[in-house]
Amino acid sequence: MKGFKPSAPFLLLLPAIIVLAAVVVLPLILSLYSSFTPFRLTRPETFFVFVGFRNYLSILSNADFWWAFGRTVLLLTIALNLEMLLGLGLAMLVEKATRGQRVLRTLMMFPMMFSPILVGFQFKFMFNDNIGLVNNALQSLGITQDAIPWLIEGHLAFIAISIAEIWSSTSIFAILILAGLLAMPKEPIEAARVDGCTPWQTFRYVTWPFVMPFAYIAMTIRSLDVARAYDIVKIMTDGGPAGRTELLWTLVGRTAYSDARMGLANAMAYFSILLSIAFTVYFYNKLAAARAQIGAEW
Amino acid sequence: MATVSLKNLTKRYGNIAIVHGIDLEIADREFIALVGPSGCGKSTTLRMIAGLEDISGGTIDIGGRMVNDLPPRSRNISMVFQSYALYPHMTVRENLGFSLKIAGAAKDDMDRRVAEASAILGLDELLERRPSQLSGGQRQRVAMGRAIVRDPDVFLFDEPLSNLDAKLRTQMRTEIKKLHAKVKSTVIYVTHDQVEAMTLADRIVIMRSGYIEQVGTPDEVFSRPATRFVAGFIGSPPMNLHEATVSDGKLVFGSGDSLPLPGQFKSKTAAGDKVVFGIRPDDFFPTGHGLSSGGDTEVHRLELPVSITEPLGNETLVFAEFNGTDWVSRMLNPKPLKAGDRIGMSFDLSRAHLFSAETGKSLRV
Repeated sequence: MKGFKPSAPFLLLLPAIIVLAAVVVLPLILSLYSSFTPFRLTRPETFFVFVGFRNYLSILSNADFWWAFGRTVLLLTIALNLEMLLGLGLAMLVEKATRGQRVLRTLMMFPMMFSPILVGFQFKFMFNDNIGLVNNALQSLGITQDAIPWLIEGHLAFIAISIAEIWSSTSIFAILILAGLLAMPKEPIEAARVDGCTPWQTFRYVTWPFVMPFAYIAMTIRSLDVARAYDIVKIMTDGGPAGRTELLWTLVGRTAYSDARMGLANAMAYFSILLSIAFTVYFYNKLAAARAQIGAEW
Repeated sequence: MATVSLKNLTKRYGNIAIVHGIDLEIADREFIALVGPSGCGKSTTLRMIAGLEDISGGTIDIGGRMVNDLPPRSRNISMVFQSYALYPHMTVRENLGFSLKIAGAAKDDMDRRVAEASAILGLDELLERRPSQLSGGQRQRVAMGRAIVRDPDVFLFDEPLSNLDAKLRTQMRTEIKKLHAKVKSTVIYVTHDQVEAMTLADRIVIMRSGYIEQVGTPDEVFSRPATRFVAGFIGSPPMNLHEATVSDGKLVFGSGDSLPLPGQFKSKTAAGDKVVFGIRPDDFFPTGHGLSSGGDTEVHRLELPVSITEPLGNETLVFAEFNGTDWVSRMLNPKPLKAGDRIGMSFDLSRAHLFSAETGKSLRV
C-alpha cells in the first residue's frame, strides 16, 4: 500500500459513502440492470439473461401501460388544478380571519396528518354503494333513489379517487399560498385600490403575481406526489374495476409482485420516473419565471 | 381639482378613539400639510380620506360630494405611499400606466399620459426597468409619476420622503414643490418632519393625539403658535419653553430667576398666574449677534454663562444657562466662545410667547 494515503476528509466520509452506496446506489444499479433482463421472481436464473431494450420496447406497445400512464396524467391534471383553486380559496379565507387564525391554520392541516392508507379506507367506506355515507346522504336528501356504484363503475371510481386525493392534499396548497399571502407587502394592494382596481382586479393584477411562486412550489411537490400515487388507489379500488383506475405505480406494483415480472416492472418504473422529471422541470421553470417577475429576493 | 372638507371626522378602534372629530376645509389647489408626532392620527386621517380606513363618524366631502361610503377607486384620488408601494412585477412603464389600463383607457392616450408624467419626473431612461432595479429616489419618482398619470382631484402623500437619505430628501422636497406648481392640484401631505411641512405647504395642520392643535400658514404657525405644543413642535432648534409665575410685572421662574413681563401680555395676566414663557432661539441671542438690532424693541439684557456651543458655520447655537437649565440661542456672525465664558445675552421680549400653564393655549389672542 505504499504511496496510497487517502486524505482525512475522504476517510471521514467513507462510512457515509459506504452506507449510501449500499442502500441507494447499489439497488439503483441493480434495478436498472434488471430492467434489461426478463427477470422473474419465480425464476431467479433469469436475472442473468440480458435482453437489451426488449422490456422497454414491449412497454411502448403495451396498451395497459399507456392507459395507466394517461390516467396518471389525467389524475395529476384534475387533482392539481382543483387543489390549487380550493387551496387558494381556503388560504384567502383564512388570511381574512382577524381572530383565531392560528387555530384555523392548524385545523387546515388536519387532512395531512392522516396516513394515506387510512384516507383510502375512510373514503372506501364513504363511497360504498350499500352502506356508504355518500349514497346514504344522497338518498336521504331525495336526490336519487338508486344506489350509485361509486367504486364499481370505472368513471365514478376515478372521481371518487380524485376526491379522496384532493381532500387529503388541498391543505398543502392552502398552507403554501397562505405563506405567500402573509409574506406579501400590503401597500401595493392599497395602491391598487386607490389606482381604481375592483377587488377582483386587485387580486388578478397584484395579489396573484405575488402568490404565484408559492403555488408553483406546491405544484412541484404535489406533481411528484400524485405521479407516484399508490396507497389511496390500492385501498379504494386496487386499480379496478377491470383495470379502470389503474395508475402507473399500481401497475408497476402489480407487475412486479403479483405477476412476478420484476424486469418488466423495473423498466416501467424507470419510464415513469421520466414523467416525474418532466413535471418537475416544467414547474421549476414556471417557478423561476414567476420569481423573476416579482423580483423575489429569495 | 377639488376642495376637500372634513366635518367632525372621527376614527375609533373599539372604544379607543384615534381621531377625535376634526374639522378641516381645504381649498381647491391648496397644498396642505398634516404634521405631528407619530401616533397623532395624521396618517389615519389621510387613509380615511383615501378610503383605505373606514370612517367611524363625521363626513368627508371631495369636490362637494360626500365620499364616506365610496371605495377608494371611486374617489378620484392618488396616493403616494411611504414605502412607494410599486408593483414589483411590472416595469416602470406598466406601473405608470396601470391605473389607466384598469380604467380602460385607449392605448395611445395611455402612452401619451405616461410619456408626459415620465418627462415631468425624468423617468424616460427607466421606463423598461423593474422597481427592484431602481434606487430609492427613483422609486419615489415612479410612485409620484403613478399618481400624476391619473390626473386626480386630490393628491395624497403619506410621508413620501421618510425612506430617503437626507440629501435626497431635500432634493425630492424641491421636486415636489415644483411638481405642485406644475400640476396645480389639491395636495394633502402627511409628514412628521416640520421642515417639509414649512417648506412645502400653503397651510399647515398641526395634530396631536387625534386633535387639531392649529391650522395656519407656515408664517402663522411659526410666529403665532396657538398652543404650547405647536410652539415646541414647529421651529428648529425648538423654542425655549419654561414655566413661570406672574408676579408684580415680572415672570418668576422656578429657580428664582426672573424676566420682565412682556408688555403685550400685561393686560392678559394677573399676579399669581401660572404661565409658560416661550422664546425662540432667534429672539434670544448674544448681544450684537441677533436678528433685531434691539434699538426700538423691548429687549432685556442679562449676563449669562455659556454651557456649550454648536458651531454650524454661518451661525452658532449657544446654550446659555438661565433658570438652572440650558436655553438655546442663535448667534449670527459667530465669534469663538468656550464653555464657562460669561456673555451678554439679549431677550427680545416683544417677540416672546406666553401660554397658559393649565390649558397650554396662547395668551396672545
